[in-house]
Amino acid sequence: MFAELPLLSLVIWTPIVGGLLVLATGSKRGGLEAKVIALIASLLTFALSIPLFAGFDTTTAQMQFVELAPWIASISVNYHLGVDGISMPLILLTTFTTVLVVIAGWEVIQDRPAQYMAAFLILAGLMNGAFAALDAMLFYVFWEALLIPMFIVIGIWGGPRRVYATLKFFLYTFFGSVFMLVALIYLYLDTGSFGILDFHAAKIGLTAQTLIFLAFLIAFAVKVPMWPVHTWLPDAHVEAPTGGSVILAAIMLKLGAYGFLRFSLPITPDASASLDWLMILLSLVAVVYIGFVALAQQDMKKLIAYSSISHMGFVTLGFFVAFAIFRQSGDNPLGAAMGIEGGMVQMVAHGFVSGAMFLCVGVLYDRLHSRDIADYGGVVNTMPIFAGFMVLFAMANAGLPGTAGFVGEFMVILSAFKANFWYAFLAATTLILGAAYTLWMVKRVLYGKVTSPKVAALTDINAREFLFLGILAIAVLGLGVYPAPLLEVMGPTVDNLVQHIAASKL
Amino acid sequence: MNFETPDFLPVVPELFVLGMACVILLVDLFLSERNRVVSYLLAQATLVGAALLTVGLYSPTDQITLNGTFILDSMAAVLKFCIYVAAFVVFLYAKDYLRARSLFQGEFFLLGLFGVLGMMIMVSAHSLLTLYLGLELMSLSLYAMVALQRDSVVASEAAMKYFVLGAIASAMLLYGMSMLYGTTGSLDLGVIGDRVAGGAVTDLVLSFGLVFLVIGIAFKLGAVPFHMWVPDVYHGAPTAVTLYVSSAPKLAAFAMLMRLLVDGMGSLHAQWQEMLILLAVLSVVIGNVVAIAQTNIKRLLAYSGISHIGFLLMGVLSGTAEGYAAGMYYAIAYAIMTLGGFGMVILMSRSGFEAEDLSDYKGLNQRSPWFALMMMVLMFSMAGVPPFLGFWAKLAVLQAVISVDLIWVAVVGVLFSVVGAFYYLRVIKLMYFDKAEDERPIEAAPDLRYTLSINGLAVLGLGLFPGGLMALCTAVML
Repeated sequence: MFAELPLLSLVIWTPIVGGLLVLATGSKRGGLEAKVIALIASLLTFALSIPLFAGFDTTTAQMQFVELAPWIASISVNYHLGVDGISMPLILLTTFTTVLVVIAGWEVIQDRPAQYMAAFLILAGLMNGAFAALDAMLFYVFWEALLIPMFIVIGIWGGPRRVYATLKFFLYTFFGSVFMLVALIYLYLDTGSFGILDFHAAKIGLTAQTLIFLAFLIAFAVKVPMWPVHTWLPDAHVEAPTGGSVILAAIMLKLGAYGFLRFSLPITPDASASLDWLMILLSLVAVVYIGFVALAQQDMKKLIAYSSISHMGFVTLGFFVAFAIFRQSGDNPLGAAMGIEGGMVQMVAHGFVSGAMFLCVGVLYDRLHSRDIADYGGVVNTMPIFAGFMVLFAMANAGLPGTAGFVGEFMVILSAFKANFWYAFLAATTLILGAAYTLWMVKRVLYGKVTSPKVAALTDINAREFLFLGILAIAVLGLGVYPAPLLEVMGPTVDNLVQHIAASKL
Repeated sequence: MNFETPDFLPVVPELFVLGMACVILLVDLFLSERNRVVSYLLAQATLVGAALLTVGLYSPTDQITLNGTFILDSMAAVLKFCIYVAAFVVFLYAKDYLRARSLFQGEFFLLGLFGVLGMMIMVSAHSLLTLYLGLELMSLSLYAMVALQRDSVVASEAAMKYFVLGAIASAMLLYGMSMLYGTTGSLDLGVIGDRVAGGAVTDLVLSFGLVFLVIGIAFKLGAVPFHMWVPDVYHGAPTAVTLYVSSAPKLAAFAMLMRLLVDGMGSLHAQWQEMLILLAVLSVVIGNVVAIAQTNIKRLLAYSGISHIGFLLMGVLSGTAEGYAAGMYYAIAYAIMTLGGFGMVILMSRSGFEAEDLSDYKGLNQRSPWFALMMMVLMFSMAGVPPFLGFWAKLAVLQAVISVDLIWVAVVGVLFSVVGAFYYLRVIKLMYFDKAEDERPIEAAPDLRYTLSINGLAVLGLGLFPGGLMALCTAVML
């Protein structure tokens, strides 16, 4: 019954229209109407995205739910949407996280709640658009446009250094993307179309491929973010309101990684193969070095931000280790596919886990207005239910088997082994480092004696907070215990991608 | 000697504007101060009438008349139409602003109309002489308009500076034209084009003439290093005049660029391309970098305008039909955006308060969420962020330069658009992230509010559906 509906358009435009409605109602009477409309719009969007999963054909790598209409005829830009096993889970993650963010901001945001809710709804639509776009220009429009609401969110509702953080965020990302724009125009002039699938099929020389690859790299590396262009992320995370941090960590970072899968690997496979050492090097630096940096943090949000960078290093490692496997063992697509699938699973898992961690910090921050680890201690005594949730998410962040965090990391390490022992060795240090920084933080925040009178006065989470943490706990455990549906969805697409990148385009 | 009556039909809009301007001049003499609005209404009616005439007379074939001195082609028709719209919007924004400063006189609208007439002639020029005539008519009107507020020291200084520098530029242009005439023996741009292309003239004098022409054009566009007048004039002139100077004349200057360099000296493309690359790159770099240091929004928009001119030149320098179309698209997009930008300055100002300082925009989101949103749309559009009009204009231009393998020019362009994003974002920061110092709500007449809203929404609408305007520009140039 849903097959006839333009589902992808609906998941893009429902939240955007909802956001405009919310904006129109204004913040009168504490913005209650705005919040209710926002909740309805986000739930509706989530409901609309479920048929994408239910109706998804897991036997094919073809694009599904395709919509195609001409948009700008004179430069052959089309409104071309479609999803495959790579993008569909990310859309689901977006719609899901948006509902949580709306609930999480319900009582907390007192200042201009309507604009806050509207920004997140519009952001959700734009992110869905970026994941669903099959036309490079359409993708670019969504990709850039979503900077605007995020810029506003950090700038208005952020912490004391919000202006610095949000300008840095915007300019870093904008700087990265303009190179991608030049590369996309070059590809358009080369192929005569802006279709991403046409780009995939285009034959390109090695020099051009290398330049295009580097242009994409700047754009996506800033977004992921990879070392050494990651410095905007800790600032943005620390200053952003809880909802902003959640969306940033859970979804916006995924856009960068998604870009690698959708653009870099299939459009410039030969350049990717010749520069994979660089990518693996940067990924391992992120995993190991940033892991140590996280260990030294005093601020909870900063710690989780660095842990995000470290985890995203795993994702990029999983993607690019494929080429090393090709060289190592000729045609062994299985290992390569495992790396990419591992990276994908890690993306989704990190979406849940980092979102949950930021929400936990948000719960504490709403009560004590401090993110300093030193201001806490013994929280478990006053907030036992909350402590239970936080320990669970911390375990998932550390990659404990049975939680979502484990599956992806394990697959990536396994695949790295097939390429080179030392890759796997270095990557595996994250199991120690991740456990160290996460659990040490948990120890200092939750356990020990109650030293501060403020902590002694804490009240445990209310029903609203229980709701969003509970939903996330189910998701984290569900993905950890039974990742098969996700793997099944992405399987054919990843296999197809591996075949595609194994063949030279020269 | 036999005398043929030329075909006057293509010139009817020009004649109409001229006739109406004379009528308004007379009517205005007999109006009392209270009825001054009649001059305003007549001026607006003139523009509407001219627009109707231009649309009505449109035919897809080029018509050359008045002994080869006047051409009516699609480009002329489209640009004229845009000039009418721009002038219409300027008059509308200006009305209450002028009234609050006792500048609401017939002269403003009259000079405005004569300026429009000059631009129309420039756009339709098919001879060096017509082009010069139109240019001078436009320029003299602009000089006088800048000086309209004669008690203001800054305005007088700006007018003086504009006049002196403008006169030098005109002299340069005229000198270049004389060289062109000397080598080709004709004033007719079509004939000049043929002779230059035929290779009959490969004089050094021709190259010299070309240099002088480019200097003259660069001055009128306000491209670096001939931009010195732009910030001072934009800053010194009353905002209503700044609005006028910054919008429609750029369209006319673009037409002059096309007529002289492309129609007249298209075959010397390799020579003028290098000059335009220099102008474009310098404009984009200096315009964007210097804008960062500005604290006055009119100066900021002036420097941002300089950088936009750099992008416009990037389209033209590619030397392809797509590039010319991109340049035209950019010129129109820039006119729409700059109207909105200075329109906001007018909206924010009151009698005795010009709202020129960037700090006057603090907390606009609290005072008027709607106009803060409109200003944000305009700023993001100027910064080249999708999905707004300015992005597509930049895209078209970048496509044009990349298609002729000048990738480095495109890279410089995008890099400095990132630099440029900083100061646009700073305006947004002031509006959204800072507390208002002045809590009073915005007061403005409904016609200004509605037009400004339409202006802002047009930037968004043309950004969501850029196909129509883009296709129009392409169709005109092919």
